Amino acid sequence: MGRLSVNLCGIELENPVIPASGTFGFGYEFAELYDINVLGTFSFKGTTREPRFGNPTPRIAECTAGMINAVGLQNPGVEKVLTEELPKLKACFRKPVMANVSGFSVEDYAYTVQKLDAEEQIGWFEVNVSCPNVHGGGMSFGTSPEAAAQVTAAVRGVTKKPVLVKLSPNVTDIVPIAKACEAAGADGVSLINTLLGMRIDLKTKRPVIANVMGGFSGPAILPVALRMVYQTAKAVNIPVVGMGGVGTAEDVIEMMLAGASAVEVGAANLTDPFACPKIIEALPKTMDRYGIKNLKDIIGGAFHG
Amino acid sequence: MKNVKFMIQSNLSLTASVYEMRLAGDTAGILPGQFVNVQVPGFYLRRPISVCGCEEGLLTLVYKTVGHGTEAMARMQPGDTPDLLTGLGNGYDLSKAGDAPLLIGGGVGVPPLYYTAKKLLERGVTPAVILGFNTKDEIFYENEFRALGCGVTVTTADGSYGVKGFVTDALPERYTYFYACGPKPMLKAVCAKTASGGELSLEERMGCGFGACMGCSIQTANGPKRVCKEGPVFKKEDLLWED
Repeated sequence: MGRLSVNLCGIELENPVIPASGTFGFGYEFAELYDINVLGTFSFKGTTREPRFGNPTPRIAECTAGMINAVGLQNPGVEKVLTEELPKLKACFRKPVMANVSGFSVEDYAYTVQKLDAEEQIGWFEVNVSCPNVHGGGMSFGTSPEAAAQVTAAVRGVTKKPVLVKLSPNVTDIVPIAKACEAAGADGVSLINTLLGMRIDLKTKRPVIANVMGGFSGPAILPVALRMVYQTAKAVNIPVVGMGGVGTAEDVIEMMLAGASAVEVGAANLTDPFACPKIIEALPKTMDRYGIKNLKDIIGGAFHG
Repeated sequence: MKNVKFMIQSNLSLTASVYEMRLAGDTAGILPGQFVNVQVPGFYLRRPISVCGCEEGLLTLVYKTVGHGTEAMARMQPGDTPDLLTGLGNGYDLSKAGDAPLLIGGGVGVPPLYYTAKKLLERGVTPAVILGFNTKDEIFYENEFRALGCGVTVTTADGSYGVKGFVTDALPERYTYFYACGPKPMLKAVCAKTASGGELSLEERMGCGFGACMGCSIQTANGPKRVCKEGPVFKKEDLLWED
């Protein structure tokens, strides 16, 4: 394998760059722009048991160095994902893909994962216990170690594929939650999901987002994400996938030094559809510049000293 | 969709808050009713702007300053080279026009209809045009449409110019199909009062502009659709107006 390659829960990735769920659809829109097989993998659109329209619009607000979204997990539901989306994905992507799954009860998660499990192309499950957009939904699982562990165990029981739990940053201490997931059988954790935020329109004096609050992402959140990846990676013995504000090859390296085994790129795909291939292309030169031979050697490099 | 650097040739005000930007660059494949997504220095998200004019190598955008981003766009100078995503959205289906199409534009919804008019004329049909504004000072592009040879009716809500009232107060006797763009209340009224089939271009707050983020979804008669990808142009019968 090349100098960019990493291993994520037993599966080799050609490089650590992974478009994050909710910013990359099911891949085929981006496949019109570039060969998406250059990616390490990608995490597909958060899938739920039933179809969801999501929240009312406006769902998007701009911020300094970032954006807020309150899409609310719009997706066609697991049945249509299986019959309509995955065949299209298969036609343009030949690597194992990461299946992002959300739910509103422990049973929902297990049901959706079980449905998807037979799909050969799914390499990993990424279980979203942290989406801040859905009232009474995902948020509650990700903010309690017990609830996060329950979801992890339920999903663990229905698949032999690697299970990554995607964690919420909207908690006092992310470490006990990550540890609870590890103890419940998670093969890895990914973090951070978006930070709960809001904007107010000065003309209307009302929140910009119809749902009032939404998830804040973009370059502004990188330092928060790095801190949480660092804290988590030091505390657990399973791989951590780092994300939050990553937009450059330097950011990827910084995430890996903080302890990430692979790195997801989210909002950057929305402002520059070519963000990921640009990052991948820039990685070797950037590694040279900082004297890095192989990316896998730098994971957690910032722990010492 | 294409990712293209353009060079600004001019960026001039048409009214107190409406600007016309002409840009040189690769315009191949841009259809009437489509939009571009403009990167504005200093702003995280791009600004989606409908295509007002498009010739080989020359793009015209007419936009309204509604916030800091479009205000910054208005300050961009000739020689600046903004990064654009072009060819976004579906565009108007001109094959439906018939022999007497009608273009209905309200305020900053007028620009995409100019490129549409030009393309209809290339197809040998001359559209009738209704342009609606709040007041006389806000009128733009009336003369541009007249110069194309279109019959133009201008309405103003306050009666300061043309027909007093709304675009729906000026509907002609006969038209075969309509193409509309404007504020939501206008589009709703157009759907209710037009006798023919037609297509309407919607506006929504967007994240990416190319179908990735699902930020601009609406419910339609055929299920959820993304304004940026399956739209911004929707058929009259596809739109739901329950709110």
